[in-house]
Amino acid sequence: MAQAVSTSPAVDTEPRPVEHHRQERSWPRLVMLILGAVVFLFPFYYMLISSVQAKSDTSLKGVFPTGGFTLSNYTAIDKRVDLVRSLINSGIFTGGVILCTVVFGVLAGYALARLHFRGGGTLFATMLLVQVVPFQLLIIPLYVMIVRSYGLSDSYLGMILPFAINSTAVFIFRQFFLQLPEDLFAAARIDGAGELRILWSIALPLVRPAVLTAVLLTFIGPWNEFLWPFLITKDTSLQPLAVSLANYISNVAARAANPYGAALAGACVLAAPAVALFVVFQKHFRASDIGSGVKG
Amino acid sequence: MTTATVSPAGPGSTEPVSARRRRGALATLLGRQPLGIAFAAPYAVFLAAVFAYPLGLAVWISFHDYFFAAPGATVARPFVGLKNYTAALSDPAVRRSFVNVGIFLVINVPLTVGFSLLLATGLNAAIRGRTFLRISYYVPYITASVAVVAVWLFLFSSNGLVNQVLGPLAPNPSWLVNSTLAMPLIAFFVTWKQLGFFILLYLAALQGVPKELYESASMDGAGKWQSLRNVTIPGVRPATTLVVILSIITGANLFTEPYLLTNGGGPDGASTSPVLVMYQRGIEQGNPDIAAAIGVLLVIGVLVISFINKRLLERD
Repeated sequence: MAQAVSTSPAVDTEPRPVEHHRQERSWPRLVMLILGAVVFLFPFYYMLISSVQAKSDTSLKGVFPTGGFTLSNYTAIDKRVDLVRSLINSGIFTGGVILCTVVFGVLAGYALARLHFRGGGTLFATMLLVQVVPFQLLIIPLYVMIVRSYGLSDSYLGMILPFAINSTAVFIFRQFFLQLPEDLFAAARIDGAGELRILWSIALPLVRPAVLTAVLLTFIGPWNEFLWPFLITKDTSLQPLAVSLANYISNVAARAANPYGAALAGACVLAAPAVALFVVFQKHFRASDIGSGVKG
Repeated sequence: MTTATVSPAGPGSTEPVSARRRRGALATLLGRQPLGIAFAAPYAVFLAAVFAYPLGLAVWISFHDYFFAAPGATVARPFVGLKNYTAALSDPAVRRSFVNVGIFLVINVPLTVGFSLLLATGLNAAIRGRTFLRISYYVPYITASVAVVAVWLFLFSSNGLVNQVLGPLAPNPSWLVNSTLAMPLIAFFVTWKQLGFFILLYLAALQGVPKELYESASMDGAGKWQSLRNVTIPGVRPATTLVVILSIITGANLFTEPYLLTNGGGPDGASTSPVLVMYQRGIEQGNPDIAAAIGVLLVIGVLVISFINKRLLERD
């Protein structure tokens, strides 16, 4: 992890291609890259196409259906799993985590990058350490604390709490604040601006791309998280979509008329927001933003 | 000993106590900008509450006879030494799950490192459609496991597309219910799902490799493979360390895949993972103490393997 500290990310620069092969057109490379794209995308294509088929056709012909398109699988899954309710739950869970991460993460990132205070070094070391301890390991004590001691099962608060501040996002904030020139801060301090004001009106507008990157990165966690909300929600009206869909797959699917069709329709609903978000904001999810640390 | 304790307050001690010095004392106590403490406090409290304290609690639980009691009830939870650890280690299901993680890592780590480096190197060149390719590589990474597990279940079911294509070559019993193939299939699934993130890490690392090295390598007559071996691979070594450590952590965290893809670690525990066993023992069967012991063993394992790997990869 130690290397992760050394460099700061370049804001919004497309990774500069290494130009050593520039003249020759390399067919093997192109074939490899396209083959890779097919391997990554095919399951998504198959998921979508099978979710709009009345009957699942698993033969090779079923990969390119010509007719029989229907939305019946979507109504079928909606009958078993309240899709709107589940999506709202996923949204509240994810939104809560993003809100806490942005508010408290920006403050912590700013402090770690720009302020000298007691315990800063320890906090930074802990932040790095958190990223190497498997979260899943903590499920037993967290379950004991949150469900048994605080009685927060079946609540949004209990769902959000363990994820509230994403450490990777704090790390990204710190890296971006660290990049800003010190003169900027010195000048503002001489002018008598308080730290909160400097952060809000000077530093934050300059690191806006970092905020978007951190939001995207933070989004993936709670939106896709299964184990934790699964453990603490028994009440189906509070379950995020990942949990209610998983329950459908493991309990109900086998007995349904078109078992895979409905599950795949649910899978499309769960996948769509994440995919749309990352396609629209792909500029902010780049090697230079994410892998800030590894060039070292 | 005595020479080491030279008094720093030589000439300074004669100075009157000034506001500046008082501020200096405060600065040593709280730092030059004590406001930083207030800014960082929520995050520090968060780390203490959902990371440090639970970590300590896990270790404490693992050494005691711990069971779930009604909130507010005081119950005796006597210290039992290593009893939970011996119980965990003598449980065949636990041992099987650790062997499974081993199988998982042996397949997943080399494939992850190999393919992500290869695809990142390919993607690092100036080619048309880079943005499209890059997005298509990380789409599995950003999608919920639950969603992509659904389509893999469909693809690899006994008369699913994969077996239809394989025809007479289809394995019997089929992938997900085959005790030799279930765990490797999970390893392939996770490799496929996580690869996009690791490609991004390698892409970042590749930008740090000086271009001059490639130029001088090709001047010396090195081919593509030779420059990959002699320039790229050593150049991205820190990234490789990180990729391997993160893959190991992913392997240790495995839960959703065996729970859903192989229907609870089946067939017959052939694809259980330690976290799945923790869930079964700890929460389904009400033995959080044994589950905590499994967790502590898992973390020790992860730390030891990561440390060894760091040593091996960073040695010159």
